[in-house]
Amino acid sequence: MHTGMYQYDHFDQTLVNERVAQFRDQTRRFLAGELSEDEFRPLRLMNGLYIQRFAPMLRVAIPYGLLSSKQLRMLAHIARTYDRNYGHFTTRQNIQYNWPELARVPDILQDLATVQMHAIQTSGNCIRNVTSDHLAGVTPDEIEDPRPWCEIIRQWSTLHPEFAFLPRKFKIAVSGAARDRAATQVHDVGLHLVRNEQGEVGFEVLVGGGLGRTPILGQVVRPFLEKRHLLSYLEAILRVYNRFGRRDNKYRARIKILVREDTLERFRALVEKEWLRIRDGLLLDQAEIDRVAAFFAPPTYESLTVEQIAVPEKLALSDPAFFAWYRHNSVAHKQAGYRAVFLSLKPQGVAPGDLSGEQMDAVADLADRFSLGLVRVTHTQNLLLADVRKDRLPELWRELKALNLATPNVGKVTDMICCPGLDFCSLANAAAIPVALDIAQRFEDLDYLHDLGEVRVNLSGCMNGCGHHTVGHIGILGVDKHGEEWYQLTLGGSSSNDAALGERLGPSLAKGDVADAVVTLLQTYVDLREEEESFLDTLRRAGIEPFRERLYANH
Amino acid sequence: MQIIKDGVLVEDGWIHLDDDAPLPQAGSVTVSATRWLKEREILLQRGGSLGLRIGGADDLDALAPDLAGFALITVEFPGLADGRGFSIARLLREDYGYGGEIRARGNFIQDQLFYLKRVGVNAFEFTQAADLAKMLPALEEFTVTYQAGCDERTPLYRRRNAGC
Repeated sequence: MHTGMYQYDHFDQTLVNERVAQFRDQTRRFLAGELSEDEFRPLRLMNGLYIQRFAPMLRVAIPYGLLSSKQLRMLAHIARTYDRNYGHFTTRQNIQYNWPELARVPDILQDLATVQMHAIQTSGNCIRNVTSDHLAGVTPDEIEDPRPWCEIIRQWSTLHPEFAFLPRKFKIAVSGAARDRAATQVHDVGLHLVRNEQGEVGFEVLVGGGLGRTPILGQVVRPFLEKRHLLSYLEAILRVYNRFGRRDNKYRARIKILVREDTLERFRALVEKEWLRIRDGLLLDQAEIDRVAAFFAPPTYESLTVEQIAVPEKLALSDPAFFAWYRHNSVAHKQAGYRAVFLSLKPQGVAPGDLSGEQMDAVADLADRFSLGLVRVTHTQNLLLADVRKDRLPELWRELKALNLATPNVGKVTDMICCPGLDFCSLANAAAIPVALDIAQRFEDLDYLHDLGEVRVNLSGCMNGCGHHTVGHIGILGVDKHGEEWYQLTLGGSSSNDAALGERLGPSLAKGDVADAVVTLLQTYVDLREEEESFLDTLRRAGIEPFRERLYANH
Repeated sequence: MQIIKDGVLVEDGWIHLDDDAPLPQAGSVTVSATRWLKEREILLQRGGSLGLRIGGADDLDALAPDLAGFALITVEFPGLADGRGFSIARLLREDYGYGGEIRARGNFIQDQLFYLKRVGVNAFEFTQAADLAKMLPALEEFTVTYQAGCDERTPLYRRRNAGC
């Protein structure tokens, strides 16, 4: 039977079950006073459990963003049973619950285990959930499907005995396509499937990228790594980092600081020396690569008639609303007759990335009806149905509209990445969600929104940067100034192939002025742009000055 | 005092000497890597067993030629969050080929025993109060391991594909 995703065997299931039992006992010991707060902290974090402003927050792993409809129904069940009937999808393709009760978290994990899910290593100073391209396996620009490699990395990193107490968190992203949709250049390790001159496919390995207080783009530590050496090379990088990464200051503890302070050359020399020592003992067998890859083999697609394939184009002629949705919320598929369809989690008035229990159930049903029973989470906090027949798009569109998941804004100004901010997070200095909603309101006019084209607006409520503000075309960072919420704007960031860190625009703005500022910046773009030029291209051509001048002219 | 060694509780008589403490002529003592490198000749002339304490910042290559001569190596854990000891223990076993007792010593917790065992640690000495008997099951907390380690030399993917 084609499943399209990895299926646990008894080894995988046993491990997850044993993890639930372990965490149940840890929680019991903590509640009984046998474990101190300090001792419990790393243990709960390694199961995704934070203590937040109002309640614990539980982050559940969605490995490389791939979910079955059955799993999504379980996420809905958890939202209803243990939380306030919603969940929040994150930039690392996970889901967060904001209101669970600590004593019931072991029960949540037990429920998750029944659908082959867990919260292992979604937080803490360990190897985090591996992320990938949400269009993996269906995008026409792909060299090779990265997901088998993600699964191989997931298993290698799960309860890795040596790397559970690293200096700091460690994030790995894998991309197999020409276009980087996984923000690999801002990960601790970014892996790109590439073809070398001999035509062999292997990995380009980047190291030392990251956002947060000291945003840095990753650098190539090895231009080409044979696939069979993937785990030994990762292990060598992690061992060097675990031994030599800074532990004296948590803000200097990410691998990016080690690479920068030690220089890439010296870091590389250490890694390569360790790698040569261990690589023959850690070779990946072709049998294992094939076993895992088989789970992700393409389904048997149906052959559509010319008339069926023409259905959306035909309806688009008579229905501009459908046309807008089709054009902005669906993308090309490698299989003729199919499209990949985004479900926008950014309608007006909803916190970006939030989904209710009822919506989750409904999306699960749509996945079964329209897309082989699978759903994906994107790093921009939307969902995706990856395999939809073109002739069924009108029907799907009507269903999504009824669920408020068809706002035609994917990739546009209102498709903002946004962290939970001061409303939930104990680290935040300022609100993020209300500012995002305020901005979205100014761009309610869809014609104007579409005319502005692709613009990435990212908001973070503090400099830890969960909302990826540094790589937003327009980045918005909440800061605390004498107990008030202020916002620092940056321009020109990107996390795609042309990755760049945004440049600071000028003095920070009061909360009530941020939305107007975004309006001004985009009006400046409209005035400056030449022909079909995008916001980012205009900015890169004209420079930041005209934007700065216009924004601060009246201040 | 009691420690956990090879999965059971045992009495332990090792004395961990501070760098400025006088050297007893007999008995089992451990010294820091710093003291070993400074007082190597004096320490070698002494009777009784000698052990070495290795901390996260110590240079393993500098100690490498001498490692086999120690009856005990302790890997020091100043706190539970300092995970350098996990890599050090593993390197001692797998790279430097040390076959004697590797003892985790310090401020770690029960929930780290399973991982420590997997990276080659076979003895555990807590510097804070600990109910050792209650901790023993933690050594067997998981029956499945994905990775190769010092306890299981074959990664799961090979065992799995071999059909076992």
